[in-house]
Amino acid sequence: MSIKILLKDIPDYHKIEIYRQHGGYENIRKALQKTPEEIIEEVKKSGLRGRGGACFPTGLKWSFMPKDKNIPKFLCVNGDESEPGSFKDRQIFEFNPHQLIEGILISAYAIGAQTSYIYIRGEYAKWIRLMQKALDDAYEAGFVGEKMKETFGTDFYTNIYIHRGAGAYICGEESALMNSIEGKRGYPRVKPPFPAQYGLWGYPTTINNVETIANIPAIIQNGGEWFASIGEPKHPGTLLFGVSGHVNKPGVYELPTGTLLTDIIYKYAGGVPGNKKIKCVIPGGTSMPPIRGDQIEGLKMDAESLKQVGSAIGTGGIIVMDEDTDLVKVLARITKFYWHESCGQCTPCREGTGWMLKILNRILDGRGTSKDLDLLIDVANNIEGHTICALGDAAAWPVKYMIERFRDEFEARVNRSIKIEIPNKVHSMRRTQVPLKEIKINKD
Amino acid sequence: MKMEKIVEVQFSEQELQTIEKLKSRYLKPDSVILEVLYLLQEKYGYITREGMKYAADLLGISEEHVLGVVTFYTMFNTKPVGKYHLQVCTNVSCMLKGAYELLKKLESELNIKKGETTSDGLFTISEVECLGSCGTAPVIQVNQDYYENLNEEKLLQLINELRNK
Ligand SMILES: Cc1cc2nc3c(=O)[nH]c(=O)nc-3n(C[C@H](O)[C@H](O)[C@H](O)COP(=O)(O)O)c2cc1C
Ligand code: SF4
Ligand code: FES
Repeated sequence: MSIKILLKDIPDYHKIEIYRQHGGYENIRKALQKTPEEIIEEVKKSGLRGRGGACFPTGLKWSFMPKDKNIPKFLCVNGDESEPGSFKDRQIFEFNPHQLIEGILISAYAIGAQTSYIYIRGEYAKWIRLMQKALDDAYEAGFVGEKMKETFGTDFYTNIYIHRGAGAYICGEESALMNSIEGKRGYPRVKPPFPAQYGLWGYPTTINNVETIANIPAIIQNGGEWFASIGEPKHPGTLLFGVSGHVNKPGVYELPTGTLLTDIIYKYAGGVPGNKKIKCVIPGGTSMPPIRGDQIEGLKMDAESLKQVGSAIGTGGIIVMDEDTDLVKVLARITKFYWHESCGQCTPCREGTGWMLKILNRILDGRGTSKDLDLLIDVANNIEGHTICALGDAAAWPVKYMIERFRDEFEARVNRSIKIEIPNKVHSMRRTQVPLKEIKINKD
Repeated sequence: MKMEKIVEVQFSEQELQTIEKLKSRYLKPDSVILEVLYLLQEKYGYITREGMKYAADLLGISEEHVLGVVTFYTMFNTKPVGKYHLQVCTNVSCMLKGAYELLKKLESELNIKKGETTSDGLFTISEVECLGSCGTAPVIQVNQDYYENLNEEKLLQLINELRNK
């Protein structure tokens, strides 16, 4: 039995009239008859954990919001979706925008937010348009904004606005996202204070991922217990797994948590082209530790199971690499990303990512030594845990774990004899940076 | 010495109204800065110093603040770009599907390097980070539109179409 909560096989589900035909916007009506506390309890009971990468329990996060009704409160829905390997939230924007809107209404009610922002990365121009269309329709139908009072006969209402970013991975970090909404550079803030105490413009704010919020109407409709019974008990529900890289049918697959990684790759994503072996898999976007091809047998895809193999579920973005993949190149590319995206506030992250990139490029050029591998791990260790936000860890983990788990491949690269094609041997040798004894001259 | 022509920056009544309306969405009006910058870029092709000064005056914030914001976000251009801005994603998923080969092909076809603009002002090539389209890699963003599942043939066809537009 396949269960679909987010990406249903209903034609034109993105249209408001079709969504309503299937019970859409009835869940907010139902929710408004309960107290906000009851909704939070229901979400706690569901066991829903955030889909933005950190798997934080959603109900618990909501319960941190102060109950004071006389101060502004905000909900930010995180659709920055810039983690390499992730392309799931855009499926919701495109195919199920009204469920997201209804989810926002219920969530905003639960935490008492009068204003909600959907933060969408600027590059997603098409998906911003689609989402705006859905939002306009929902406003017109009286489901959003002040008209809610009339439609649902309550005091509560919330406005929903789209805030588009302008190209910066770091704005997906929750406090950077708030600074970006405030019209500032997207610098992460030092925590504590946490957003529930000091968020947008200093007022209580909750930040949740798009996929997290899109699950809420189904939880209200069918109850927390129903949701908790899907997939793995400690990390229940379905996940939108985005599969890319060396697979025959890349794409987004909605499957219960705990689905076998091998099933996702072979049954759903059609296996590896040319039936090649898998060398490496990144299970949850590039920020998560890569795992070896021989670790995937029997591996379930949920937060706890991935922890056991020394990785994490992240955003569920699975990147598959076949046996011919050059992992040094992959790691250098990943590191280049974090170096480019580092906001520059913390020295370990700003400088460390650059150093790691330089060393990796040196290895790529064939000028690396085995000392470089330890140096890389040393730099990574000096970044991890020593920064304002988790981008530092995200940059350190791939380096640490890729080298640890594929030591042989990296060793082979740095121990390769250095071949230099030289027309004028003496002259070139004098100029080369490489110690002479390491040079083996090609005789033929 | 070639002098850059200084274009006077001015939003129309209608544009100013749009910005006013957007301001009401936020607790503080300077939150609309990204939208003001988008509008400047749309109107003038890129964001000039005059544009930044205009934005600062419009929002009652310092020019330095505007400069800081402009330079933080990659989608804002502070230099002119070609009519078609070819943004090639080379991040992991695209790289595994041949993005670097596509980039090279593009560079040789247009006879420029990434970061450069063709002399006829038609094309600029940029290497960009993950576009959130990894399942349909390799991907190129041309101005606002995504072209997915590309290969060399489709890419050259796209370039020819753009040339003849
Ligand atoms: C560098 C960095 C980038 C992030 N990017 C995103 C993102 O694009 N989308 C997202 O939902 N969360 C992202 N996060 C996680 C958010 O900070 C936050 O934990 C999340 O949006 C909370 O939502 P959730 O509890 O529903 O998962 C990022 C975190 C970091 C450190
Ligand atoms: S860890 Fe990196 S990205 Fe995060 S705040 Fe520090 S410098 Fe910025
Ligand atoms: S890696 Fe190119 S779109 Fe994600």
